Amino acid sequence: MTGKLIVGVDVGGTFTDLFFLDEASGSSWIGKVPSTRGREAEGFLNGVRDGAGELSRLGTVVHGTTVGTNALLERKGGKAGVIATEGFRDVLEMRRRDRPQTWGLWGQFEPVVPRERRLEVRERTLADGTVHTALDADEVIARARDLLALGTEAVAVTFINAYANAENERVAAKALKSVWPNAYINISSEMLPEIREFERSSTTALNAYLQPVVADYLNRLEADLAAQGFDGQVLIVQSNGGVMTVEMAKARPVRTALSGPAAGVIAAAHIATSAGFPNVVTGDVGGTSFDVSLIADGQTALAAQTAIDFGLVVRTPMIEITTIGAGGGSIASVDRGGILQVGPESAGAVPGPVCYRQGNERPTLTDANVVLGRINAERPIGGALTRLDTEAARQAIARHIGDPLGLDAIAAAEAIVRVANSRMAGAIRLVSIERGHNPRDFALMPFGGGGGLHAGALVREVGLKAALIPPYPGVTSALGCVIADMRHDFVQTVNRALAEIDIADLNAEISRVAEEGARLLDRSGVAFVSRDTLVTFDMLYLGQTHTVAAPIAWQAGRMLDVGAIREAFERRYREVYGRLLEDIPIRMLNVHVAVVGCRPKLDLAALAPSDGSIAGAAQGVRRVYVDGAWQDATIYARRELPVGATIQGPAILEQQDTTVLVEPDFQARVDSLGNIILERQHP
Amino acid sequence: MSEIDPVTLAVLKGRLEQIADEMDATLFRSAFNPIIAEARDASHGLYHAKTGETLVQGKAGLPIFVGAMAFAVRAVIEKSAKQGDLADGDVYIFNDPYEGGTHLSDFKLVRPFFRNGQVFCWLASVGHWHDVGGNVPGNYNPVATESFQEGMLIPPVKLFARGELRSDIIDIVTANSRLPNSAYGDLNGQISALDLGARRLASLLDDYGDETVADALSQLRDRAGQLMRASIAELKDGVYSADDFLDNDGIVDKPLRIALDLAVSGETMTLDFSRCSPACAGPLNISRSTTIAACYVALKHVFRDVPANAGVLDPIRFVIPENTLLSARAPKPVGGYTETILRMIDTVFVALAQACPERVNGCAYGTINALSLAGHRKNGQRWVMFSFFGGGHGGHPEGDGLNHGNAPISTATIPPVEILEAAYPVMFTRWALRPDSGGAGRHRGGLGAVYEIELLEEEADVFLFGERGRYAPPGILGGDPGALNRFTVLQRDGTEAHPPMASKWVGAKLAKGERVRLETPGGGGYGPAAQRSSSAIEHDVRSGYVTRAAKGAA
Repeated sequence: MTGKLIVGVDVGGTFTDLFFLDEASGSSWIGKVPSTRGREAEGFLNGVRDGAGELSRLGTVVHGTTVGTNALLERKGGKAGVIATEGFRDVLEMRRRDRPQTWGLWGQFEPVVPRERRLEVRERTLADGTVHTALDADEVIARARDLLALGTEAVAVTFINAYANAENERVAAKALKSVWPNAYINISSEMLPEIREFERSSTTALNAYLQPVVADYLNRLEADLAAQGFDGQVLIVQSNGGVMTVEMAKARPVRTALSGPAAGVIAAAHIATSAGFPNVVTGDVGGTSFDVSLIADGQTALAAQTAIDFGLVVRTPMIEITTIGAGGGSIASVDRGGILQVGPESAGAVPGPVCYRQGNERPTLTDANVVLGRINAERPIGGALTRLDTEAARQAIARHIGDPLGLDAIAAAEAIVRVANSRMAGAIRLVSIERGHNPRDFALMPFGGGGGLHAGALVREVGLKAALIPPYPGVTSALGCVIADMRHDFVQTVNRALAEIDIADLNAEISRVAEEGARLLDRSGVAFVSRDTLVTFDMLYLGQTHTVAAPIAWQAGRMLDVGAIREAFERRYREVYGRLLEDIPIRMLNVHVAVVGCRPKLDLAALAPSDGSIAGAAQGVRRVYVDGAWQDATIYARRELPVGATIQGPAILEQQDTTVLVEPDFQARVDSLGNIILERQHP
Repeated sequence: MSEIDPVTLAVLKGRLEQIADEMDATLFRSAFNPIIAEARDASHGLYHAKTGETLVQGKAGLPIFVGAMAFAVRAVIEKSAKQGDLADGDVYIFNDPYEGGTHLSDFKLVRPFFRNGQVFCWLASVGHWHDVGGNVPGNYNPVATESFQEGMLIPPVKLFARGELRSDIIDIVTANSRLPNSAYGDLNGQISALDLGARRLASLLDDYGDETVADALSQLRDRAGQLMRASIAELKDGVYSADDFLDNDGIVDKPLRIALDLAVSGETMTLDFSRCSPACAGPLNISRSTTIAACYVALKHVFRDVPANAGVLDPIRFVIPENTLLSARAPKPVGGYTETILRMIDTVFVALAQACPERVNGCAYGTINALSLAGHRKNGQRWVMFSFFGGGHGGHPEGDGLNHGNAPISTATIPPVEILEAAYPVMFTRWALRPDSGGAGRHRGGLGAVYEIELLEEEADVFLFGERGRYAPPGILGGDPGALNRFTVLQRDGTEAHPPMASKWVGAKLAKGERVRLETPGGGGYGPAAQRSSSAIEHDVRSGYVTRAAKGAA
């Protein structure tokens, strides 16, 4: 029986990954096609056609996109303009008075909206919400015409203290609608009614900057899909790990800034929890970076804001991902003090490692893995190259690392891997131990092409419980698209002492926002199995700077009282800092409301292999250098290993999109969902 | 000593740095006062068991502490040797700036880390407390003539003895602060940071063995020295001089000379400050330890790849005669140390520009501009708005200077307008870039800022502790200087008043509806303005970074 398909599509820099699910039969399959940079919709459609045949078979397409991220990093957004309060047009450029690096004063910053397109109007609201100077709508219209004359495509209105009273911004919005030729009107109090003018202005201006590019991309995608007979729905993954409609994505493209990686973490949470590991650290080894994220009790951690690049601050809830510059393309070098370093400089995908023979002469982490026999030089993953040049990699390592350190090429290659492992372990410690978690309670879930090579070493070095490698580690983000819930986040600054809050007003505001979110869910046309409304308060003791985010149980029709709010704060504060501070008043800075529509979860058992045998999976033997010696490792085709199979290290498990190294003191077993569980035998 | 293998060395380097970084993070998260929590005016590290030299220091803390903390640890080593009662579980506390560097606001906690009955190394934490007594809330007293007017002075004493907290010490310290809760909260954060550092270090030593880690520390130090020597060797031999001035000391309106003769000879460098002015009456003196720490900051901005450990200073000789304002002794006031070290750092840049122009940048704005507005609300409650302000960075080999950056000695961010307005009875009427403030040059200096603040309550007193009111931030290699610092009180009757001491003012009066305007310096230019490209000039004018009028004048 075949029914409508759901397809998750993750468009990355190099590959477009797809995950297909037939909802009726539960069967699923994956696809991988080259990305078509600049014409992303093309690669997307190629992949969908390859995997689904007729586009009319598709019910829902869920899409993780890097179009927004790339536009920010490469400064290829649209022509945006800003209308600001008189005296404040430079907020965007002045940032929070920072610099890119602690050491060295060579920083530069180019704001996404140049100064000539940042104009001012007479208006002012005070911190208590009083309108000090009312806005003249005609002045806004005049400035809008000035911006249009400069070729501006999208406009952002960023008034001081608009979080406290949005009246002047509302007047501006109304005036703009009468003259602005498109829908790209961004109002800071609608985007983010939260105190801190730089963060609010930056988020609003970046949204305006992305709108023309992201909307254009999505329009093209929808038109192309429709032209091929698709009549289902397209959903877009947000940085918070939830999905939104295309309509919402065009209005709020800034929420896609971390769309792709967020979907991966969502998938990891589901896979790991289903496999009995609710506590995991995800580790994505890419070409230039190692991205780590923590999942505790099956819950992903959200960060309040992130900087996409120096000064490009986006403040909207995002899956918290910590990145260090240590990936397969990271360059190894010996500094003038004789210390071996790996990264953060990277050879990227182009020209890539030395073994790619595309012009880079300096050794990378991937070169070290090739020289040590851990990567199959004859069958590189991804399929773009036919073979890797081991000898070139060996020579580069000998020259740049071995000679200065007095090591032979093999010892030097192992040194590169050890130093890289140590840096990755540092990033895992950062998100786990440093946040008060015990690493022995956590498993590592590597994904991305390179994660499986380092999993064992990281488990050992950090003292993790195990590593869990999902059936399709290379398409984790695409799988995450298929299972992500719909989620809408709202925030409102309160900034009052708990004792001074009008509790009826606060409850009314929460209810109003929850209803607005519910309407968005209704309008999406998506079927949900359940719905949640999550309320969190940012609170602090009077005099403190950093808030704690205190979640509180909320139900429609039930009033929250001061006692419950205080209790929620104190519970959270005690968790974070150990003890409460007596006799100091408590202040509420913001209220956050998240409305979640839960989508059906995928039964992961469908991904497990249904047959195969250990003997059938064995592909021969390769010499692999581990623990300071060349050892014979059996090579297995990972997808042919049956459920319940156990493999003793040293061994290598190969599959289309990744390679797993089972080190000598490790055992690999295939669990009932098709995951590989790597465990130390004598921890 | 055995030769440790290069791989273990690289791995241990990362692990040790992570311990120091994690100590930083612990205090930033839990600190009560925004100067630590938001401005990161704190630092942590590991220091040598016998000499107190810096072994490893956290990357997130205030740059100036990287050099200064070694002196703080040495002060404790000397004190404990004299007493002869150092024990496992002791923690010393003090803020004596003559022994430990910087100023009274910086409280240092220093703890011996024992292994097998011996001190393996020291762990230390320093943080800028919100208030430590003295004549002026927040302790920036521009007219102090003795340190007694700047705050309490605590010599190195035991806060913990053999693991037992001496709560009487806490009572003394908190009783001498206007903000005892904040002091107590920060102190607790510092204790937690040291505890955490000790736990992490113990587990690292268990993993790798004491001897291996000790070897690694010693090698890292040697290699830092090697790296610094290699960097110096690349410079052309010679003597390079730079002279600059502070406006005045806040008491006597006479300029103070900060002069450096920097000699490069082979692999060594001498920094000679003999030509500096003698000790001054006001709070712009600094102690010798602060002077050395400031040089370290300047050098690390130029030679970015040298690590944060004492080896870096091995090939460097300092000449700091006793009679200059750079080697102050008690009770000379030192509260304005930030201004003096910023000027010293500028002289290092200008001198090095002659030796290695491809590594150096024009000078940054060169003053932290500590501005406070204080008064009473209608209900009688006292309010004090105290903040540091930003300015332009210098032009550099790769491009124009950064607009509105933070001071080279700090990584602090500025509080948002909306947070300040929500907390204090003020309305900012301008928060903007200051056109024409960047020094012209092939690569222009970054722009300073204009901050204009209107008072919403009946009256307030204004305190300003700034610099660069008379001597502009220099450009290098023929680049022009940035604009001067300018402060104005805009009175109700339309008149404008300026500080009597150019950049320092105590207790100026402000009435409701009146405004203060602070215009901060831009950075110095890099290379001659005549070499600036026409497209860059066109962009400057179109963006209003440079006004047509100023361009016409030039």
